[in-house]
Amino acid sequence: MSAQQKFYWLIAGIVGLLLLASLSGRVLRARLQSESGRATVDNLIARVRAWWVMVGVFCVAFLLGNIATIVMFALISFFTLREFITLTPTRPADHRSLSIAFVVLIPAQYYLIATDWYGLFSIFIPVYGFLLLPTLAVISQDTEQFLERCSKIQWAVMLTIYCISHVPALLLLDIPGYEGQNALLLFYMLLVVQMSDVLQYVFGKLFGKTKLAPVVSPSKTVEGLVGGAASATLLGAAMWWITPFTPLQAAAMALATVTMGFVGGLVLSAVKRSLGAKDWGSMIQGHGGMMDRMDSVSFAAPVFFHLTRYFFTP
Amino acid sequence: MIVVFWSRLMILLVRALIGAAPRWLGSEPAAGLRIYFANHSSHLDTLALWSALPPELRLRTRPVAAADYWNHGRLRRFIAQRVLNAVLIDRQGGDRHSNPLQPLFDALDHGDSLIFFPEGTRRLQALPDTFKPGLYHLASRFPAAELIPVYLENLHRSLPKGSYFPLPLICTVRFGAALPRQSEENKNDFLRRARDAVVALA
Repeated sequence: MSAQQKFYWLIAGIVGLLLLASLSGRVLRARLQSESGRATVDNLIARVRAWWVMVGVFCVAFLLGNIATIVMFALISFFTLREFITLTPTRPADHRSLSIAFVVLIPAQYYLIATDWYGLFSIFIPVYGFLLLPTLAVISQDTEQFLERCSKIQWAVMLTIYCISHVPALLLLDIPGYEGQNALLLFYMLLVVQMSDVLQYVFGKLFGKTKLAPVVSPSKTVEGLVGGAASATLLGAAMWWITPFTPLQAAAMALATVTMGFVGGLVLSAVKRSLGAKDWGSMIQGHGGMMDRMDSVSFAAPVFFHLTRYFFTP
Repeated sequence: MIVVFWSRLMILLVRALIGAAPRWLGSEPAAGLRIYFANHSSHLDTLALWSALPPELRLRTRPVAAADYWNHGRLRRFIAQRVLNAVLIDRQGGDRHSNPLQPLFDALDHGDSLIFFPEGTRRLQALPDTFKPGLYHLASRFPAAELIPVYLENLHRSLPKGSYFPLPLICTVRFGAALPRQSEENKNDFLRRARDAVVALA
């Protein structure tokens, strides 16, 4: 099967899943009577509707080619950084470093991916960005909470630009015997992370009893985590045919991805709470902000990227 | 007077950059003579508040802007006169004989609502400073006008005084309930109450 054919099969599968989800939403809506049940189902329907849009946007970018995919992730970094900084208290003295983060760091990081410059891509933000941002901040000579302010901006930049850019960076890898199919690997990684989130939600709603981290994330349960993580790992193994991995390797990669995705969701939930917010924004109906959808990806993508690079490239 | 194409484009740009989504808390977008008064912290304030209004109200709502800033250079003059249809006000007070608020009275007499920043100048903080008497004079001369307090959130972070690049942060425009009129209220009490109404929305 060619990469193109595999892609169409993948799309057919996802569209089938979404149809099923939309249909179950309708059926549940018609059968449920209670007020709280209704609210849950309405949120479910809104979420599924948003998924149609997200899958649509992603497929269009994917079909347009690598550059379109890279540009799409640059925009995702832009939106998530914007949500992060909107919630983070900063002072007028941070205006310079924040402007540079938006106008220089995002385009530069994605330009490095587009031009296949792995060496600089991997250190640009952790080294140059890390040192440049406080340098720009110090010019304003405002020492009020200087360390806190700089750290928050560095955190935002690392997560929303550096970590998320590791998704399209999968296009950079030269995996023997897998030439020209890297876009499928990117799709695979996102599929596993997002399906893990969805399945954890579904298992949690159906069987969830034991709260996992009531303070940080009241909706997460042990049953949801175990059921969701196990089924997403199995799904990842079953999708081995679109990856350069064997079924067993695919299971291991999926497990690592699912684990990192879960940790990412938890950590960013704690960050969100420390900033006093429930959602990162209101950009995606039913889900909250863009960052509410990308939290797990931001943790999973760099680990997936480096595991693949270490074990599967020469 | 207003060039529709440019104003649409301007609103599109403002929305893409900072969102400027309206939140109507206690009042509804409705026609009728109104004075919207808001905290002032950035050059984007006028555009943000104006973009947050529904199009039919926008046509009859004119921002009050400082002549010394908006008459400076061709671009600003174009935006002020043709896009925003602003009422320009002389902050220095002009000559002794004319009332600097006269253009505002004329606009209200003509039936246009106003967007007004009672602090008179931009501040660096999130909360407004004390209000200047302008709002009191407008309110007492036009007792029928509804006084709508507005809080502009995050704009002081997007484009603070002294910076030139607007950060693309998500900014919201909160409209509060109309300020109740009280008879026999002196100027300072009125101005304090008006400021409190804006602060309450923060």
